[in-house]
Amino acid sequence: MTKIIEPKKSNIFSRPSSEKGIWSWVTTVDHKRIGIMYGYAAFFFLLIGGLEALLLRIQLSSPDNDFLTAAEYNAMFTMHGTTMIFLAIMPISAAFFNYLLPLQIGARDVAFPRLNALSFWIFIAGGLFLYSTFLFGTAGAPEGGYLAEEVSKLASAPNGGWFGYQPNAGLKYSPGTAMDYWAIGLQILGIASLVSAFNFITTILNMRTKGMRLMRMPVFTWMTFAVSFLLAFSLPIIAIALFFVTFDRQFGTTFFLTEGGGDPVLWQHLFWLFGHPEVYILILPAFGIVSEVLPTFSRKPLFGYPAIVFAGFGIAFIGFGVWAHHMFASAISPVAQAGFGLSTMIIAVPTGVKIFNWLGTIWGGRLTLNTPMLFALGFIGMFVIGGLSGVTHSVVPADTQQTDTYYIVAHFHYVLFGGALFGIFSGLYFWFPKVWGRMYNEQMGKIHFWLMIIGFNLTFGPMHWLGLQGQVRRTWVYAEETNLGFWNLIVTIGAFILAIATLVFMANWIYSRRKGDIAPFDPWDARTIEWSIPSPTPVWNFSKAPEVKSLDDFWHQKYGEDEDGRAVRKEGTDELLLQLEEEGLNPKEEIHLPSPSYFPVIMAFGLPFIGYAIIYKSIPLALIGVILLLIGGFGWGTEPLEEEFESSDEEKPENGMTKDYE
Amino acid sequence: MSDAHTYPHEPTGVETRKLGFWIFLSTEILFFGTLITTFLIFKGRDFPGIKLTDVYDIPFTSVSSFVLLMSSLTMVLAHNALETNDQEKTRVWLLATAMLGAVFLAGQIYEFTEFYHKGFELSTNIFSSTFYVLTGFHGLHVFIGVVLLLALWGIGQRQKGLSLNEGMNLEFIALYWHFVDIVWIVLFTVVYLI
Repeated sequence: MTKIIEPKKSNIFSRPSSEKGIWSWVTTVDHKRIGIMYGYAAFFFLLIGGLEALLLRIQLSSPDNDFLTAAEYNAMFTMHGTTMIFLAIMPISAAFFNYLLPLQIGARDVAFPRLNALSFWIFIAGGLFLYSTFLFGTAGAPEGGYLAEEVSKLASAPNGGWFGYQPNAGLKYSPGTAMDYWAIGLQILGIASLVSAFNFITTILNMRTKGMRLMRMPVFTWMTFAVSFLLAFSLPIIAIALFFVTFDRQFGTTFFLTEGGGDPVLWQHLFWLFGHPEVYILILPAFGIVSEVLPTFSRKPLFGYPAIVFAGFGIAFIGFGVWAHHMFASAISPVAQAGFGLSTMIIAVPTGVKIFNWLGTIWGGRLTLNTPMLFALGFIGMFVIGGLSGVTHSVVPADTQQTDTYYIVAHFHYVLFGGALFGIFSGLYFWFPKVWGRMYNEQMGKIHFWLMIIGFNLTFGPMHWLGLQGQVRRTWVYAEETNLGFWNLIVTIGAFILAIATLVFMANWIYSRRKGDIAPFDPWDARTIEWSIPSPTPVWNFSKAPEVKSLDDFWHQKYGEDEDGRAVRKEGTDELLLQLEEEGLNPKEEIHLPSPSYFPVIMAFGLPFIGYAIIYKSIPLALIGVILLLIGGFGWGTEPLEEEFESSDEEKPENGMTKDYE
Repeated sequence: MSDAHTYPHEPTGVETRKLGFWIFLSTEILFFGTLITTFLIFKGRDFPGIKLTDVYDIPFTSVSSFVLLMSSLTMVLAHNALETNDQEKTRVWLLATAMLGAVFLAGQIYEFTEFYHKGFELSTNIFSSTFYVLTGFHGLHVFIGVVLLLALWGIGQRQKGLSLNEGMNLEFIALYWHFVDIVWIVLFTVVYLI
């Protein structure tokens, strides 16, 4: 006989109660469901960003090609960068944070479940707003410019680059509304990340279970912590900078325009003061993921846990002091160039520390080369290449040669694709059994890995020498005489191999979700406490708050040491696992979960209306937006809180699920 | 919370919502920091045209600054009254705080209108743009604060009154209000005095 808690219905607003169907997903505040939705939405945008990249590569596959017009090419590379950064990699990382963070620190949910739902819906609203530019936006070219041609629908998108350099992205050189969609869309997406940053910092500080001291937290949790600080302190800067851009474009101010005394270089400073921490926002989650995967499949503890943690924070901290290395070609003084060159070299040190820690972890380990491990090893290799080419940028004279060439494109794709995305794929395979309770298909996973690493290196490897030979980025054609055609064709072939690899991944995912083998309780013989609960994770996570006694607590529950210090499986571990599964599925105590809420989604969809209102100077649209925000805010404040529950006695179903969440 | 004994919360010893609120305020510092930095960068620029020093009226703004500072005092008095559970006084001081905030906003609106008439408009030049966006952003914060205070005052009219342990309570609004006041001290110094 276990009690389930029912929300009181007496207040002005009762909380939504559907447990199945679409409304249960729309109103959910469960961190696991929000994580899953983040993952699918981000993957959808990843596919769109990938398609845009393929269009770019088709255009560049041969010299003097006319597959895309210049205007279309500009729109595609702008949307490719913006999508991949803000709508794909960041939210996929957020999916991992959402799903795993409470599990890794032994919590029932995040600190503010409704704020968590708000973050997700603002992200969706912002993504849809940005992409609505293809329906409603217009992009033109300056009068008399050679780009002033018939602008197709494909080109009616932001076209000033994801970096939006001023004054090129200003009204004079980018007329039309497309760049407004970009500026306001990023503003909305920034709010989503900012809200989630408050939430995760508070969660990590205040929701840890008994005995989960800071230095016992898994490295993935530590990296989430670092990323949340980076988000919290870098997004306000870009928010103000985008605010200035919107004012310049809409209200005739001149923050970044020299005509009125403004300063275009100020935009670069503000943008990269956000933009460089952003790079670490993208890569640190992957660092966290591989730091979980490598020890598990090397059957060794993580080598130098404190070093990895402090190196992570070192990177986050120094990451705020290197921004001007993106601006060596702009008007900054030689002293600043030397200073930022030095700090760029220095930030390589904590990054190197991490790489040696990972190598130390796999050194002498008994490696299991399954898909997540392969991706983690691929991550190390590719990231080292990307990191090394990154250090070459700190040499100012060399960098001024490399700026705006494909060498830079090669570098950051090795870091963000070979680094961040490989880490993410590693994590997707690693936690697949935890999320779905089924195993992915190992053969298909391996095919995916090999196709991806071959395709990846074919795509981005040749870009190094294409860049050094002088091929400029952001340019839609190159001449026959440059002799760049051969390697560009190879690059395009590589891009299509990547597309095939992605299809294999999707096929594996869809197949394994339905037909995969049922996952055992602890398939990887893993180390952290999220594996000490049944798979798929029950809605209540832990049936009772776990008590953590050491780093890698779950491992130490299973393994002891013999006289030589070797890990030996304790007697009774099998019984322990059976007992944990039994307990995990049948909570003995009252469990109450945060109730779903309508209001986060209502509030979130107020924001795009305000965005449209600014672009089209429309009072009615602004009113709709404000009213949605007010309804959301008022309802949020007045709907019954979690505390005001009353319990009702009710028999629990046999399988122990109080709510059927399948 | 009924499962508080099995689910220990708050290892930091700070109430979760308050901790979240402090983190929110820390990001606000970055918002205003970026705006102030931009203002300072452009303040020293040599650019022809009308400047803030040509239009402003320091005695007037000093008075409205004083009004805003006094609202911090009434906010503290409201908090103190609620600690002794004096509902009547809490409501009075809350309303007083909101009214002082409203007076400050009225002063800002008056000031902006005056500047406009003197030809110092939003898009006149970089000095006017930075001035309006910076002080306007602060004014928006004061406005939100006034709305929150009035909402709290309204909630305080019900039978059971206010308490320090519920929802988005007086303490958070007080933190926010003091923060906005401190920002104004910095803005007044940076924008008008130096």
